[in-house]
Amino acid sequence: MKFLDEYRDQALAQKLVAEIHRTVTRPWVLMEVCGGQTHSIVKYGLDRLLPNNIELVHGPGCPVCVTSLEMIDKAHAIASRPDVIFCSFGDMLRVPGSKQDLLVLKSHGADIRVVYSPIDCLKIARANPDKKVVFFAIGFETTAPANAMAVWQASRQGIRNFSILVSHVLVPPSIASILQSPHNRVQGFLGPGHVCTVMGYREYEPITARFEVPIVITGFEPLDLLQGTLMLVRQLEEGRAEVENQYARVVKRDGNPIALNIINKVFEVCDRKWRGVGSIPKSGYKLRYDFRDYDAERAFEVKEIDTKEPALCISGLVLRGIKKPHDCPAFGRECTPETPLGATMVSAEGACAAYYAYGRHLKTEVPEYADQH
Amino acid sequence: MCLAIPGKLIEIAPDASGIRMGKANFAGIVKQVCLEYIPEAQLGDFVLVHVGFALQKVDEAEAARTYQALADLDQLGELNTPESIDPQPLTTS
Repeated sequence: MKFLDEYRDQALAQKLVAEIHRTVTRPWVLMEVCGGQTHSIVKYGLDRLLPNNIELVHGPGCPVCVTSLEMIDKAHAIASRPDVIFCSFGDMLRVPGSKQDLLVLKSHGADIRVVYSPIDCLKIARANPDKKVVFFAIGFETTAPANAMAVWQASRQGIRNFSILVSHVLVPPSIASILQSPHNRVQGFLGPGHVCTVMGYREYEPITARFEVPIVITGFEPLDLLQGTLMLVRQLEEGRAEVENQYARVVKRDGNPIALNIINKVFEVCDRKWRGVGSIPKSGYKLRYDFRDYDAERAFEVKEIDTKEPALCISGLVLRGIKKPHDCPAFGRECTPETPLGATMVSAEGACAAYYAYGRHLKTEVPEYADQH
Repeated sequence: MCLAIPGKLIEIAPDASGIRMGKANFAGIVKQVCLEYIPEAQLGDFVLVHVGFALQKVDEAEAARTYQALADLDQLGELNTPESIDPQPLTTS
């Protein structure tokens, strides 16, 4: 397949790995921001091809993981209503709220539907005029154009029985938050390639300048991730801290201006609570006042819900790169993808779930990391 | 979740409500895509698709340039390739 298989070439991967080995002279801690990148790294074992003094820690970029428990409970309260058709990406169905998950609610009779795209909800709304169709609009900036377009088109077409429950999160404030932490260990970032496809990378330039850390906007295939790592360690070894773009085949400095225009018409920046991390100022999107009729939180007046996370879970530390999944005593024991205790185990792209899926919880795999901790 | 994959545009046609839509072929799987964000896309272009929305055309010239840079990596480097490199093939999917 074009633009996919070429970036999984083993011979080129080995050249890149060799070049990384030649370039590195000191220990560096790097963070890949996206859950999709984490998944690729663990799936292909890329971290194990790197020199021992390069440590990859895993970032907060899994929107399913960081959607707050309060928001999930709100989704469940809305989805339980008999007058609602609740639509969601498939990833959210199994994420446990305080009491259950969406699949359990569906088995109890709630009308819950998995959609491929938020735009599909408009068809469902037109076909069910006596129902209220609600879409669970989670995601990073990558997903914002789709969610914004659904609202924009609903408004343009006069569709009134459609609303979205918005839990959008933004990458740059989360990176700044990680760098501001007194416990921060991260010295360079593999930046979020698909987020930047939409947003461009101008907003990362002040971060590199302020914190003096390099950021390389990076894709998701093995060669992308290895090349991004090479570019990042070259910057670190040379004492540079710049934004570089490994993923130039789809990422432009200004992103997609048409998408940005619709996002900015429909959404505005707001404070957002991240599961496992807490509230980060100006780290989310909410609907603008002009689109308040499409705001499910307003339409259904869901009250603040009191929630409690398991005390054992260290997902907040994992999401900020301070701990690794196997530093947690519950990892692979009390906490598995079937019985997740917290954010990083609830989605396949969470660092803990990725480690579990590729056998990193098995004892025979652990010693390779023992040297590094 | 931020998964986006390249597909080849094989059809462009507005839907009943006037939204610019099309179909893209992802290695044999054909899906509907919204083309509102890349109005310049033409049949045969590769587009990067996320949750049914084409977010950007894949820049074939940039892709070729990057790939060539990878292929041109210092050949001498292979002599220093450390033994710890995993011999397993990377193409598992």
